[in-house]
Amino acid sequence: PFLASTLYLCCILSCTAPDSVPAPDASGWSAGGPGGPDSAPGAGPDSAPGAVPLPFPTAHGTTTLGFLFQGGVLAAADTRSSCSGLVACPASRKVVPLHRHLLALGSGTSADIALWRRILARELRLYQLRHGRRLTTGGAAKLLALMLHPFKGTELAGPPGGGAGTSRGGARLYYVCSDGKRLRGELFSVGSGSPYAYSVLDEEVRWGLSVEQAARAGREAVYRASRRDAYSGNCVDVFLVTAVVYLIKHRENKP
Amino acid sequence: MEYLIGIQGPDFVLVAADSVAASSIIKMKDDHDKMFKLSDNILLLCVGEAGDTVQFAEYIQKNVQLYKMRNGYELSPTAAANFTRKNLADYLRSRTPYHVNLLLAGYDQADGPALFYMDHLSALAKAPFAAHGYGAFLTLSILDRYYKPGGWTGEQDASLLSILNKRFILNLPSFNVRAIDKEGVHDLEKVFKHAYLRSRGDFRY
Repeated sequence: PFLASTLYLCCILSCTAPDSVPAPDASGWSAGGPGGPDSAPGAGPDSAPGAVPLPFPTAHGTTTLGFLFQGGVLAAADTRSSCSGLVACPASRKVVPLHRHLLALGSGTSADIALWRRILARELRLYQLRHGRRLTTGGAAKLLALMLHPFKGTELAGPPGGGAGTSRGGARLYYVCSDGKRLRGELFSVGSGSPYAYSVLDEEVRWGLSVEQAARAGREAVYRASRRDAYSGNCVDVFLVTAVVYLIKHRENKP
Repeated sequence: MEYLIGIQGPDFVLVAADSVAASSIIKMKDDHDKMFKLSDNILLLCVGEAGDTVQFAEYIQKNVQLYKMRNGYELSPTAAANFTRKNLADYLRSRTPYHVNLLLAGYDQADGPALFYMDHLSALAKAPFAAHGYGAFLTLSILDRYYKPGGWTGEQDASLLSILNKRFILNLPSFNVRAIDKEGVHDLEKVFKHAYLRSRGDFRY
C-alpha cells in the first residue's frame, strides 16, 4: 500500500575537496553548523509499534526527496505534519542533520522517525569513538537497515538516518526502508507525495545543474507534490550537502 | 514482478535477473543488481520480500566465504545450495521466516555446471533451466520446447527476453546477464529495452 510506512535515509557526502567549499550565490543560503538544534520534527500521529493495533490508520504524509548532481546532494522536503485529517504542525522539520556531512530525511510516523534518528546518531557517534573514523554513508545506511530488520512486520515507520560522510567516496544517497530495503542511487523521493515529485524530478534533474537550478528543481518538485497530495504542504526546506558542510536554504514560505 | 532465469549449457550456466527495485507502484531503481557472488564460481540470485532478500543472501554469502577462510577450500555449488536450503528450512517454521526465492548457479571443476532452484518453502531442485516470477509463466514453456542439453546458445537467451517484452504486461526494461564457466563469472552486456535514458545524457549509462 502506498501510504504504508516508509523510511527514507539520506546519507550525503560531497565529492569536492575539503578546502574548496563551493560558494553558491549568497541569496538565502546559510551554513548549517555542526551543533544542530533540536531534531524533533514536531507533533505527529501516535505510533504504536509492536503487536498493539493502531487505534486509527495513520497517514504518513510527506514529500521528501534527494538527488545527486555536480554540486553535491540536494535534499528537499515539505514541512507539514498531519494527524489523521488535520495539520498537527505546519512547520516541522523532515530534513535533519545528523552530522556536518550527513542529512536524514524522514517519512513515516514522526515519533518513530525521531526515535530512530537518535538511535542512529548515537550508534554513529559510538562507532566513531570506538574506531577512530567516521562510518561511511553506505555503512550508516547498512547499520540502520540492520537495526530495523528485527522490527519487520510491526507497524513501524523507521526514521531516515544519515550516514557519515567521508571524503573517500564522494556524494552518496541511500534509501532505507523499514522493511529492510536499502538502495543506493542518484535520485529518490519518499512519502505520500513522492510519485508526483518523481515525475517532476525525472524531467528536470540532470547531472550538470547549477546549485540554483538544482534548488529550484527540488523546490518545484516538493511544491507540485504538495499541491496534489493532501498530506504534504506548507513550506519547503531545501538543503545542499557538500564535502565540508551542509547548507540550508532559508525556509520558503510558499502559500 | 521480479524475474530470474537460469539456463545450464554444456559447459556454462547463463543467468539473468531483471534490474528493477520497486516499492509499490514506483520503480525506485532500475539498475539494481540481484545477483550475489558467493565465490569465484557461484552466483546466488535472490528475489522476494524487500529486506529479506539482501539480509538472507548476504548471510549466505558471508558464511560461504567464512567456510573458505576456515578450511582453505571453497564450497562446491552443490554444497552451497544445500547449505542455503538448510538455512531457509531452519527459519521456515520460526517466527521470522525468510520469504525469498533463489537460483543458485555455479561451476564445479569436477562436476561441471550446475543450476539449483530454491523457493521460499525451502524446496531444492537441480534443474537444467529454471525461472522465478510472473515472467516464468511465459518463458518456461519456450525452454521446455527448445532446450537441448548440449545445445543452448546465447542468442536464444535474447529470444526469451523478447517474449517477455512482447507478452508480459509489466514492463521489465533491463536485465543483468551473467555467465559462469570454468574461468569464473562473466558479465554479459546489460540488456536494455530502450536507450531512453542514455539519450538524455544520463551519466549512469
